[in-house]
Amino acid sequence: MGVANTNHAPLLYEALRLAAMRRAERLSRCRPPAVKRGRSVRPPAARRSGVCSRRCWHGAAGMFLRLLADVRWRGADPKWRSVACCRGASGTAESQPVPLPAQAQVVICGGGITGTSVAYHLAKLGWKDVVLLEQGRLAAGTTRFCAGIVSTARPVSIELKMADYSNKLYQQLEQETGVQTGYVKTGSVSLAQTQDRLISLKRIASSLNVSGIPCEIISPKQVAQLHPLINIHDLVGAMYVPEDALVLSANVSLALATAASRNGVQIHERTSVSHVSVQKGRVTGVETDRGHIKCQYFVNCAGQWAYELGHSGEEPVNIPLHACEHFYLLTHPLKEPLASNVPTVVDPDGRIYIRNWQGGILSGGFEKNPKPLFTEGRNQLEIHNLQEDWDHFEPLLSSLLRRMPNLEALQIMQLVNCPESFTPDMRCIMGESPTVRGYFVLAGMNSAGISYGGGAGKYLAEWMVNGYPSENVWPLDLKRFGTLQSSRTFLRHRVMEVMPLMCDLKVPRWDFQTGRQLRTSPLYDRLDAQGARWMEKHGFERVKYFVPPGKDLLDLDQSKTFYKPDWFDIVGSEVKCCKEAVCVIDMSSFTKFEISSTGDQALQSLQYLFSNDLDVPVGHVVHTGMLNENGGYENDCSIARLSKRSFFMISPTDQQVHCWAWLKNHLPEDSNLTIEDVTWKYTALNLIGPRAVDVLSELSYAPMTPEHFPSFFCKEMSVGYANGIRVMSITHTGEPGFMLYIPIEYALHVYNEVMNMGQKYGIRNAGYYALRSLRIEKFFAFWGQDLDAFTTPMECGREFQVKLEKGMDFIGQEALLEQKQNGVYKRFTMFILEDHDTDMDLWPWWGEPIFRNGRYVGKTTSSAYSYTLERHVCLGFVQHFDEKTGEELVVTTDFINQGEYEIDIAGQRFQAKAKLYPFSSLFAQRRRKDEVELSGYQRE
Amino acid sequence: MPAPTHLFPLIRNCEISRICSTMCYCHHKHLCCLSSHFAHGHFRYAPQKKFAALYRPKENFYQFIHARDYASTPQRFYLTPPQVNSILKANEYSFKVPEFDGKNVSSILGFDSNQLPANAPIEDRRSAATCLQTRGMLLGVFDGHAGCACAQAVSERLFYYIAVSLLPHETLLEIENAVESGRALLPILQWHKHPNDYFSKEASKLYFNSLRTYWQELIDLNSGETTDVKEALINAFKRLDNDISLEAQVGDPNSFLNYLVLRVAFSGATACVAHVDGVDLHVANTGDSRAMLGVQEEDGSWSAVNLSYDHNAQNEREVERVKAEHPKSEEKSLVKQDRLLGLLMPFRAFGDVKFKWSIELQKRVVESGPDQLNDNEYTKFIPPNYHTPPYLTAEPEVIHHKLRPQDKFLVLATDGLWETMHRQDVARIVGEYLTGVHHQQPIAVGGYKVTLGQMHGLLTERRAKISSVFEDQNAATHLIRHAVGNNEFGAVDHERLSKMLSLPEELARMYRDDITIIVVQFNSHVIGMLHCITCSSAALTSKTQVLSEIPVPGD
Repeated sequence: MGVANTNHAPLLYEALRLAAMRRAERLSRCRPPAVKRGRSVRPPAARRSGVCSRRCWHGAAGMFLRLLADVRWRGADPKWRSVACCRGASGTAESQPVPLPAQAQVVICGGGITGTSVAYHLAKLGWKDVVLLEQGRLAAGTTRFCAGIVSTARPVSIELKMADYSNKLYQQLEQETGVQTGYVKTGSVSLAQTQDRLISLKRIASSLNVSGIPCEIISPKQVAQLHPLINIHDLVGAMYVPEDALVLSANVSLALATAASRNGVQIHERTSVSHVSVQKGRVTGVETDRGHIKCQYFVNCAGQWAYELGHSGEEPVNIPLHACEHFYLLTHPLKEPLASNVPTVVDPDGRIYIRNWQGGILSGGFEKNPKPLFTEGRNQLEIHNLQEDWDHFEPLLSSLLRRMPNLEALQIMQLVNCPESFTPDMRCIMGESPTVRGYFVLAGMNSAGISYGGGAGKYLAEWMVNGYPSENVWPLDLKRFGTLQSSRTFLRHRVMEVMPLMCDLKVPRWDFQTGRQLRTSPLYDRLDAQGARWMEKHGFERVKYFVPPGKDLLDLDQSKTFYKPDWFDIVGSEVKCCKEAVCVIDMSSFTKFEISSTGDQALQSLQYLFSNDLDVPVGHVVHTGMLNENGGYENDCSIARLSKRSFFMISPTDQQVHCWAWLKNHLPEDSNLTIEDVTWKYTALNLIGPRAVDVLSELSYAPMTPEHFPSFFCKEMSVGYANGIRVMSITHTGEPGFMLYIPIEYALHVYNEVMNMGQKYGIRNAGYYALRSLRIEKFFAFWGQDLDAFTTPMECGREFQVKLEKGMDFIGQEALLEQKQNGVYKRFTMFILEDHDTDMDLWPWWGEPIFRNGRYVGKTTSSAYSYTLERHVCLGFVQHFDEKTGEELVVTTDFINQGEYEIDIAGQRFQAKAKLYPFSSLFAQRRRKDEVELSGYQRE
Repeated sequence: MPAPTHLFPLIRNCEISRICSTMCYCHHKHLCCLSSHFAHGHFRYAPQKKFAALYRPKENFYQFIHARDYASTPQRFYLTPPQVNSILKANEYSFKVPEFDGKNVSSILGFDSNQLPANAPIEDRRSAATCLQTRGMLLGVFDGHAGCACAQAVSERLFYYIAVSLLPHETLLEIENAVESGRALLPILQWHKHPNDYFSKEASKLYFNSLRTYWQELIDLNSGETTDVKEALINAFKRLDNDISLEAQVGDPNSFLNYLVLRVAFSGATACVAHVDGVDLHVANTGDSRAMLGVQEEDGSWSAVNLSYDHNAQNEREVERVKAEHPKSEEKSLVKQDRLLGLLMPFRAFGDVKFKWSIELQKRVVESGPDQLNDNEYTKFIPPNYHTPPYLTAEPEVIHHKLRPQDKFLVLATDGLWETMHRQDVARIVGEYLTGVHHQQPIAVGGYKVTLGQMHGLLTERRAKISSVFEDQNAATHLIRHAVGNNEFGAVDHERLSKMLSLPEELARMYRDDITIIVVQFNSHVIGMLHCITCSSAALTSKTQVLSEIPVPGD
């Protein structure tokens, strides 16, 4: 016990250094690949004799190996020890490793931080029949090379929660397992060179503070006191997070593995997964180079090889991620070595991070011109053979010397090249495959594997064991992507944009520039020629707004600001046109399904899946949630009953994969029941405004007034020459008007007819920004932003969309009944900002803390400027925490109404008026209460 | 027009600064004259100048080194980097072999070509074309002397002769029948031309008739055997040279054409042509242009393999050949001052009837020719010791090479390049350019003691150096940049580059020759596959023999 315990941290680094220095001789020949395509990707010699492995591990990385062996010797479970001992320090006996089990409940592929974390948490939750397979050695991939910074300073709340949990987990891990994790609480300082950067730091600080993570905004002078080397002359401020920490990343992973192993998880190194066997859409087993393992669950934690592994089976699982080279620098100790607790410095404007490393520094960054690699996917052997590229690192080195000029005389030890995997939206990927049940994924950490690893592993383990994690992880769900993100070309281009983003300023309404114009409406060129400015959702191009002729376009494209954007007046005039005349918005991106059956199977099964009553007369449109067992929204959609036996379902754009998987999993296996994705078949035009009636009736020679065409009605009719247009009297905004679902070959015709006919009514094009303003001012919640799997209809004022007595059971019914009796613990509320100056003050975005009588009660989920109210409107959830215990209490209407509210925007609080119901004056037509259309799909 | 040689005293007297100061506007003219002079039918056929051109720049080269020392003293009138680039890139051309189903099944990925004039107008020509009726691609560089007429004609015509030589009997019949009945012809070649590479419209009918006669003869001669590429290349070269000669003897009723065919015949051109079909690479060379194969060794380094022999006085075999073809009495006068009959540097060439026709024939043609020709001192001039013509041939030497996966690219270039750069440097520069290794050598810290500050200084310096690389999207341009701008350390020196490019046209020829380069990039994947197929059996041994058979001239 405890051999080499005291000094193994330096040893590890020494080994790391040696290992990287001799990558060429070591790994180009010897490393077994992560994913085996065919039968013999690994050099046959290595597999047969093991000579190769002996040579490599006892050559350059011998010290590291011994170290791993030491760690393993202590307290490891007997099975594991036998594996360890056979390639232990002596290295002479190349005995056979322990055979793989024939079956297991769960097989995890990948022994990095994510794989070990999932194993650890599964074991904690009681799933012990788990096998973890690692192609090489535990924690020998990106995990070993990464910089080991645990940072909670994350702008988005789910990531923040994961990082916070990871931090707390690692802190006690050494005590729990006895494995030295090198955990040092150093704190971190994020520097701001510009006012905009400071604003973004302040926003993060607000968010951290209400999450219970200590954090403060400090002046440049205070920065100088925290760190002796920093040049503060170009700083305007900084954020200090004292709880952030440093760890030895490989050791954290080993500690998690040790704990998991003690809890019964079997760990097998040097075992490559070739593919996953699937039968009837379920995982049945795993094929490895050492035999087959039957299993019910498979977890792909293969890091940058997850994409390839996902595509290796007959039933491909698309995991969109791509590796980029990532460089950091190690130096010898300073003359006066840095104290071990000196805070980690993050200089996003300089694109670098700097941490203490054995009295010297470790500094890396995210350059503007990243080098993607492994696009062909064949070069797995080369991961440890990557070159140091000093020329590429030069801008970051310049930046480092600008930040710490006194380092000039510091001696270089090494430049480490550690590939990291990045995803198309800079957020990690977790969850179950939409196509293969029992196939789980946790990968694509975007260079924050250590920060997120603990929390992400916990959520995924909960997901597997309980069916859903304890937090809303939709933004990280694998199902947010479709096959359209699986192109290697797309991924390569996109990650080159994503990696620099790590350091770029995250301003509201930011759009990716690469991988665009993939899915477009047939009207794309027409709209583009009329000045459309585009954003992308799920690969689909959607119009933000239309730049009027004569406006300076260049300025508009650069409208990235935390303040009032320069499209303000443009969108204002579009909104005005929607209110007074008529506007056309192309909304073709909506996900559209058709569900039909020979008998009444369609109705029966949809009644079970949806909370509203779908047994309505043909031609009616029902707005309803698709709920989970807890009554939370899995989807929020409009369903039109086309005939007795068929339904047309409209869902948000990014529901295409998720909703399809949900329907597939919950609809009965019945050949008489068909479900079809018709998204691509229809172009959707939204005619919004009081004159939409006139335009449409002139084009169809049919009366369209509310008497003849009441709201929430759907009819197939002709428009212009085109027949078979599905016209629905909804606009998703609460404004009068119609949605037209047009078979795509008629799209251009109908659009032209509408625009020609509409001319005399003052028709114009409009975009999603106008739509959003119109919806938010009417208190419409959006799925994906306001609504998620943890929000029930009861909590957002949609009881009327739930028919508890519709005569048959539906998913989530019990939970809703209980809520109805006991009350809700959070309540969706609208806030009107009172003392906010639209021109001068920072604009709200989302994620701003809400304070009631000075106490934190929740966060906003979306916001928009209402041109009608001439005020900002924020939507968000209010909770009720007991003042003494912090326990969550029931939120009543009185609780909401009897409070003074403030919204915190980047540290500045604005008074806000809370409302539980929308302003009825905003609705142009008076409607029956149950007809009030409450819908909305978009996230900005 | 002043004879350039007379300008040297001027330069020696430190007048270079005055000359250079006029250069900034000069280079525009310099660029225009590439195409416009010729296209407008305005020829400058000054005999003095042509003589100067004949004295190929061996001595110029030394003087030019001298002059460089002068020029680098107080001169301050430099071209800006964008100006330099616009000169270097004016003639660049790239061709990428189109992909089918996302796959390029050809053994060629594409080629980059470029030329930099020193003569005005430039006397080099280049051609590239894909054979449509047979497989394969043809690429060639042509270095004209005593004017560009011959090089121009050869660049237009030679590939047709080669393509026709390669065609099977049935296709020839089909083509002949189509011509006979006035139907549309099968296209034979698909040209890949830079807009500045032009074809003569006036002579096309004449050229076509000669070509037709050739294929008619081929049809009559039908041996029924499949065409051997090597033989086809040799036949095409010889036939074209013969046609050039005949056309000049016969003349043309159209006075313009008559003058043109005479100028073609009295000027000369060397040719270096590559034919690539799968793994079979044939290089046919006549004269002193050169083909070089870039080979990547296992350790990633680059080496050069010559695929042609220079036909000049440095090639002993060539000297022996010439001597063997003439009586012993002429042995001393045959090669003087490293020149054929003391005049011509290349020992093989197209055209140059002055070295091929008998004295009587020359006199007759010149006298019956147009006045311009008659007034021309050069054409009237008979080489000294001219006893037993012909002294010159256009017959090429053909080298066949089976491409291997490590053969990454082929460089065809006129002697303008090879005079300034060693082939080993050419292989390295192109190789590193194509593989994207732009840096001289990656820096590795290894066990050295380097501080952050030192490293920073080093990197900043390197960045300044390599910035030139990123300016080139074309391997040939990149090579020219090095050829013209390299300093003694093998790095591009902008100052020097700027000076070399801003020389006025009447001076440029003394500092450098016309440079024409084609860089063909091979498709290692396809070659690897083909290689396996063709070399799997006993052929393996013969392959190595092929390579070892090729001695490296001048080593």
